[in-house]
Amino acid sequence: MLVPWRGFWNPRSKAPGQEEERHVKANDRDYNERFTYADNHIKTAKYTFYTFLPINLFEQFQRFANAYFLVLLILQLIPEISSLSWFTTIVPLVLVLTITAVKDATDDYVKDICCLYFFYRIQKEKWMNVRVGDIIKLENNQFVAADVLLLSSSEPYGLCYIETAELDGETNLKVRQALTVTSDLGADVAKLADFNGEVVCEPPNNKLDKFIGTLYWKDNKYSLDNEKMLLRGCMLRNTEWCFGMVIFAGLQTKLMQNCGRTKFKRTSIDRLMNTLVLWIFGFLICMGIILAIGNTIWEQRVGRNFWAYLLWDELLSSAVFSGFLTFWSYIIILNTVVPISLYVSVEVLRLGHSYFINWDRKMYYSRKDTPAEARTTTLNEELGQVEFIFSDKTGTLTQNIMVFSKCSINGNTYGENIGSIQMGHNKTPCVDFSFNPLMDRKFRFHDSSLVEAIKLEEPLVQEFFRLLALCHTVMPEERSEGELVYQAQSPDEGALVTAARNFGFVFRARTPETITLYEMGQPVTYQLLAILDFNNVRKRMSVIVRNPKGQLKLYSKGADTIIFDRLEPANEELMYTTSEHLNEFAGEGLRTLALAYKDLDEDMFDEWMKKLLFASAALENREERLGALYEEVEQGLMLLGATAIEDKLQEGVPETISCLTLANIKIWVLTGDKLETAMNIGYSCNMLRDDMNELFTDNMAFRIHLISHLQAHALEADLEQILLDVACLCKTVICCRVTPLQKAQVVELVKRHKRAVTLAIGDGANDVSMIKTAHIGVGISGQEGMQAVLASDYSFAQFRYLQRLLLVHGRWSYHRMCNFLCYFFYKNFAFTLVHFWFGFLCGFSAQTVYDQWFITLFNIVYTSLPVLAMGVFDQDVNEQYSLRYPNLYRPGQLNLLFNKRKFFTCTLQGVCTSFILFFIPYGAFLCAVRDDGSHISDQQSFAVTIATSLVIVVSVQIGLDTNYWTAVNHFFIWGSLAVYFAILFAMNSDGIFRIFPSQFPFVGTARNALNQKSVWLVILLTTVVCIMPVVAMRFLKTDLHPTQTDKASIRIKITKLLVFSEQWTDHHSAQTLTSLNMFGIMRSRKSNRLLRLNSGGVEKYLCRFL
Amino acid sequence: MGKVRADAGPFARRPDNSAFKQQRLPAWSPSLTPYTVLPVFYFLALVCVLLGVWLLITVQNTHQLKIDYTDAGACATCAEMRNDPTKAKMNCDCVINFNVPKTFQGDVFIYYGLINFHQNLRRYIKSRDDDQLVGRKNSLKSPSSYCEPFAYDENAVPIAPCGAVANSMFNDSFTLTYHPPAGAAVNVPLYRKGITWYTDKNVKFRNPSTNTTLQQAFQGTAQPPFWQKPVYELDLDHPNNNGFINDDLIVWMREAAFPNFKKLYGILNRAHTTFSYGLPEGNYSIAINYNFPVQYFQGRKEVVLSTVSWFGGQNHFLPIAYLVSGGLIFIVAIVLTAVYVKVGRSGKNMEE
Repeated sequence: MLVPWRGFWNPRSKAPGQEEERHVKANDRDYNERFTYADNHIKTAKYTFYTFLPINLFEQFQRFANAYFLVLLILQLIPEISSLSWFTTIVPLVLVLTITAVKDATDDYVKDICCLYFFYRIQKEKWMNVRVGDIIKLENNQFVAADVLLLSSSEPYGLCYIETAELDGETNLKVRQALTVTSDLGADVAKLADFNGEVVCEPPNNKLDKFIGTLYWKDNKYSLDNEKMLLRGCMLRNTEWCFGMVIFAGLQTKLMQNCGRTKFKRTSIDRLMNTLVLWIFGFLICMGIILAIGNTIWEQRVGRNFWAYLLWDELLSSAVFSGFLTFWSYIIILNTVVPISLYVSVEVLRLGHSYFINWDRKMYYSRKDTPAEARTTTLNEELGQVEFIFSDKTGTLTQNIMVFSKCSINGNTYGENIGSIQMGHNKTPCVDFSFNPLMDRKFRFHDSSLVEAIKLEEPLVQEFFRLLALCHTVMPEERSEGELVYQAQSPDEGALVTAARNFGFVFRARTPETITLYEMGQPVTYQLLAILDFNNVRKRMSVIVRNPKGQLKLYSKGADTIIFDRLEPANEELMYTTSEHLNEFAGEGLRTLALAYKDLDEDMFDEWMKKLLFASAALENREERLGALYEEVEQGLMLLGATAIEDKLQEGVPETISCLTLANIKIWVLTGDKLETAMNIGYSCNMLRDDMNELFTDNMAFRIHLISHLQAHALEADLEQILLDVACLCKTVICCRVTPLQKAQVVELVKRHKRAVTLAIGDGANDVSMIKTAHIGVGISGQEGMQAVLASDYSFAQFRYLQRLLLVHGRWSYHRMCNFLCYFFYKNFAFTLVHFWFGFLCGFSAQTVYDQWFITLFNIVYTSLPVLAMGVFDQDVNEQYSLRYPNLYRPGQLNLLFNKRKFFTCTLQGVCTSFILFFIPYGAFLCAVRDDGSHISDQQSFAVTIATSLVIVVSVQIGLDTNYWTAVNHFFIWGSLAVYFAILFAMNSDGIFRIFPSQFPFVGTARNALNQKSVWLVILLTTVVCIMPVVAMRFLKTDLHPTQTDKASIRIKITKLLVFSEQWTDHHSAQTLTSLNMFGIMRSRKSNRLLRLNSGGVEKYLCRFL
Repeated sequence: MGKVRADAGPFARRPDNSAFKQQRLPAWSPSLTPYTVLPVFYFLALVCVLLGVWLLITVQNTHQLKIDYTDAGACATCAEMRNDPTKAKMNCDCVINFNVPKTFQGDVFIYYGLINFHQNLRRYIKSRDDDQLVGRKNSLKSPSSYCEPFAYDENAVPIAPCGAVANSMFNDSFTLTYHPPAGAAVNVPLYRKGITWYTDKNVKFRNPSTNTTLQQAFQGTAQPPFWQKPVYELDLDHPNNNGFINDDLIVWMREAAFPNFKKLYGILNRAHTTFSYGLPEGNYSIAINYNFPVQYFQGRKEVVLSTVSWFGGQNHFLPIAYLVSGGLIFIVAIVLTAVYVKVGRSGKNMEE
C-alpha cells in the first residue's frame, strides 16, 4: 500500500504444514484433534486495542522510508553530529506515522465489522467454538459459518437452497442436496449424535466451485462433491432447517482462503518513484561526501587557526574525523531532499481521485442503481496511460440479455431474418402464444410457422423443445399457480428454457431425480438419471432421462463443432444444412448452440452407470475419469437442430470504441464465440469497417485488421513473437474461441513484450484471470454474478463508462500526479540545497540556513496543502474537451509528463532556484546594514529572508502549475502564505521567547528584518529571477512546440470566442477576429476571407485550418 | 466506499449532484497567452530597471570609508605583540591617520569589520546559552552544555556569559579625532549606546534581577577566559550599560552570517556644532586600543565609516542586480516577442 518496500508480514501465511488429505470423523473431537485443524475462531482483525500501537509501529518501521527517518532521529541524538534538533525530524515522522496508523486502524476496524456477523449462537454454543467434525444445525436465513457437509434438511430429498451472494455475488438461488443415506437421518437428534461417518477429502483450498471427498459410513463409500457442501458465507434460504457436519472451519474455510488479493498491483509511476528516491539517496550521499571532504580540507587549512576561539575536544581535533562527523551532520540536514511526506501525499491524492470516480454521476447506472467504484485506490494515474484494452464480448460489449431469436430444426430455419442485430423486430407481428396459459408474457418471437409446426405435433420439433426443457440446470420457482420464475446461472440457459416454455414445453418442477414438464398442457414427469455437466473444456452438457414410456434418452446441447464431431454418420446431410444455417446465424452476431439426442440401450446404460458411480467416488483424477465416461456415452448422436440467441449490444458501445481508438488505444476483443459471431460484433461496434482488409494469417499489409482464430499452439514460445508483431500492425484484433486461460496468456504476452499499460475489462467468471493479469482490471457488474467485479480494480455497470474512466478520470489523475511529483521534487530540492551552498561559506560545519522550526514545518505546513489541492482538483482541460479531443490522451501513453528526463528538469530547476535563493540574499547581505545603521547581515535575519523568499517563490510556482483555481486552491495558496507569516511572527514573538528562551532564539528577527525595505527588495528580486525564466521557457515551449494540451486549450478558447461572436453584430465580430489573432490562428490576408463567412462557417473553416 | 446506504430506494446509491463531487467547482483557468506574458515581461523589465537606477542614484549619494588597521602604520607593532604569546596580555595602543575626502552628510555610523572570522560555524553559533543571557538564575549558575568548553572555568566556577561566542567578543576600542585645517583637534563624539535592536536590548538580553548591585548579581560566576574585565564592568562610563545588556556584547552576540562582516561600534553624535551636518572633510586620526588577535586565522580588522540611505548602507549589489535582471528580462521579452511574431502568430506551430 503505502511503501512498496514494505515487508509483508501476514499472520495467515504461517499456515500449518502442508495437509495432503483431510480426515474428519463425525462427532469425534478426540479423533479430529489429532490433526490440529483450525478451529472456527477467526481473528480477521490484525490488532486488538492493546497490541495496536506496538504491532503497527513495528510494521511501519519495516517500511524503508520510515526506518530511514528513525535512523536519522537516532543520529540527531548524538551531540557531536546533531546539526538539527530532534524535533525537526520527529514532528513530520510522527505526523506521517499517525496518518498511516489511522488509516491502518480504520481498515482493520472495517474488516473486523465485516466479520462480526459470522458469530452466531447455536444451541448454547458460540459459532467460534465449533470444531471440525461437529454436527450443527442451521436455520433459515442464517449465514453458514463454516464449510459444512449437508447431512439432512427439512425439504424433501434432502434438498437445501442457498444464496451465495457473499461468496461470489450471484443472487440466484442454488440448490444443494444431501446424500440419500444421510438425509434419512432427518432431524432426529439421537441418530445424528450417533452418526460416525468419516470424511476423507481434499485439503483446504480456495476453489469455491469444487470439492472432492468421500464419505465412509457403515462400510460403504459415498462420493461427495460441491453439490453437497454449504460453504461459509452462504445464506440458507427457503429451507426451514438443515443439519451438517463441519469439514473446514475458521481460516481453512474456502471463503477465508479466498480472502485478500494475492497479487499486489503497482503502477509504473510507483516503480519510477522508487528508482528516483534511490537516486536521490545516492545524490544525498554524494553531497554528504563532497561536504565532508570540504570540511576536512577546511579544518586543515583554516579551521585549525580557530582553535584558540573554539577550544574543541581533542577528539575533534583531527580533520579527518571532523569530516566524518560532518558527513553524518549533512546527511541529517539534507535529509529533506528525500521527501518524507511523499508517499503519504501520493496515497492521499490517489484516495481523492478514487472518491471522484465513486462520486461520478456520469458513471452511475440508474437502471441498476450501480455507481462506479474504484476498488483499488492505488492505480488511478495508470488509467491515464492505457495502450491496450482487452475486452470480453458477452456482457461487456453486449448486454448479456439473451433472447431466443432463431432456430434450425431438422434443416428448416425459423425466425425472422433480422439482418442486422441492431434493428428491432418490428416488421412482422409477434407470435400469439395465448394457447399456452403458462407462457412468459415478455417473450417475443416473430415467426408463426414454428407455432404451426408445434401445433401440428411434428415429432422432431417437439423433441427439439423437449430437449430445451430438459437439458439445463435452471431452477424453477413458482410463486403462485402458473407464475413461473426461472433461476438460471447463465442467461443463455434461461432464454432457451423460456423459449421452450412458450412453445408449449413448460419446465415446471425439478427434484433431484425427476423433471416435470407440461407438454402442451399435459404434465409429464421424466426420471432424471444423470447430468453430464457443462465445463469450458467439454463445451457441452447432456442429461440422461427416462420418459414415462420407459425409453432411455440422452439429450445433449453444446458448441456446434463439438456436437458435430459426435454425430451418427447418417446425419451428415442434415449436418451440412444445419451448419450452413449456423454460419448464417453467426454472421448475424447470434450465439449458436447445436442440439442432439440419442436413444440409449438399457443394458449398456446400466453398465455405464455402474462405472459412473465408481468413478464419482474416486478421490484421485475424478474429473478425468468422469470426463472419459461422459465422452464414451456422448457418441453417435442424432442431430436435432440448432438455436440462435441474440445478445444485444450495450448502449454507446460503437461510439465508445471509436473514441478510444482515436485516443490511440488498441482494443482487442477476446471472446469464446465463433469467428463469424465475433466478426459481426466487430462490425456493429465500429471496430471493423468494410473498407478494411481482413487478415487471417500472415498477410502483412498496412492498416489491416486481424481476426485470429487463436489456437493454443499460437501461444507457444516460438510463435508468440510473430503473433504479437502481426497483431500490433493491426488496428483491431479480435481473438475468438479463446478459453479463460488463453485470455490471460494474451494479456501476459502483450504485457511482457510491449511494455505498455494493459487494461482488461470483463463481466464473467471467465474473465477473472485476465482481469487479474492485466495492469488494470475492470469489472462490469452485469448479469453474470460478481466474480469479475470482486477480482477487479474498478467496476461499473456499462462498457461506455470506460471512455469516461480513461479519458477523463485517468487522464486527469495522470496529469495531476505527474504535476504533483514534479513540483514535489522541485520544492524539496529548492528548499534543501540552500544548505549545500551555505556549506561553502560556513566552513562546511553543517550549520543550517533556516530556523529549525522552519525546517520542521516547511514540508508539512507551509507548502503541503497548495500542492495537494493542485493534485486533487487540477484540470488542464475540462471534461467535455477531454472527451472531444481523444488525442489528449497520447502524452500519458508516451509517458511524457513524468519520466526520468522530467525528473532531471524539475530537480535542476530546484537546484537553480536554491542557488538563486542563496546567492542573491548573500550578495545583498554581504555589505548591508539597516536603514538605522545597525547590522542586518546576521545569520538569523539571513535565515528569515531566505525562508520568506523560498515560501513566496514556491507559492508562485505552484500558482503557475495550477491550471484550475478553485476556491479551495485560492484558500490553500493564500492561506499557506498567511499561515507562514503568522507562524513566523508567533515564533519570533516576545511571549513565546519568555517561556522557552533557548527553543525560540529568533525573537524579534522577523520584525527587525521584514520592516527593512532592502529585505523586501531582495525578496522581490529573488522571486523575479527564480520565476521569470520558468515563465519564459513555458511560453517558448507553447509557442515552438505546443503539446496536444496546448493546442486543445487554444482550440477551446477559439470555440468560446466564436460562440461569443455569434451573439454580437458584424461590427463586433471584426473585433473578435482581431482578438483571434492573438492565438496566432490566422494570417491577416485570410482574415478578410473569414469575415465573409458566417459564424458557423468560421468554425468549420477553423477546424479545417487547425 | 460503495457501502449500501441506509436509505434504500431506487436511486439510493446515486452520487450527490454537488459541484464538488462532480468536479465542476467554479474555477479560474489562467494560461500563458502572449497577451498576458509579453506585457508582464516588459513591465517587469521596466520596474527592475527603474528600481535599479533609483537604487544606484541613492547608493551614489552615500559615503563609505574603510580603514584596514590590522598591521597598518603604528599598529604593526601591536599586531606583532598579539602574535607573541609572551606579550599577549600587554596593553597596546596605536594611532592611524586618514583623510575624509568629502563631507559625510547626515548620520554617520562607525563599524568595526572583521575579515575571515567565521562566526557562522555550527559549533560556534550553538555555543551560547540564551537562558542565561535572558537572566535566568538557574542558567546563570549552571550554564547549558552547549557552552562547553566555556561553561565552567578551571575552578568549576560557572562562566557568565558562557560559550565561545561571548568568549571571543571583539575588544578593540576606538577614539576618533578630527584635525580641522585650522584650530585644535576635536574629539569626534560617538553614541556608544542605542546601537542594538530594540528587541535584543529589551527582550532577548536581560540581567539577572537583583535588589543590590550588578556585581552581586553576578557573584559566583567567572568572566570568560579571554576577557580582561568582568561582564558587569564592560562600560564604566554608563552604569546601566553593563552585564548582559551591554550594547557591544549584544551586537557581538548576534552572529554574522558570513566570514566577512562589520558590526556597529558607534553613531556620530551630531549635537556638537562641528559635526551637526555630519563628518566634515579633512584629516582624522583614530586611536586604537589593540587587543583582538586576528593573525592566527589570517584575519583582517578594519574600521568602517558610513552613511546610510533608505535601504541601508552603501550596497552596490542590489542596484546592479536589479539593473542586470531588468536588462535580461528585457532581452528575453524581445526574444519572446520575436518568436511569437515569427512562429506563434502565423499558426505554424498549430499544424499537426
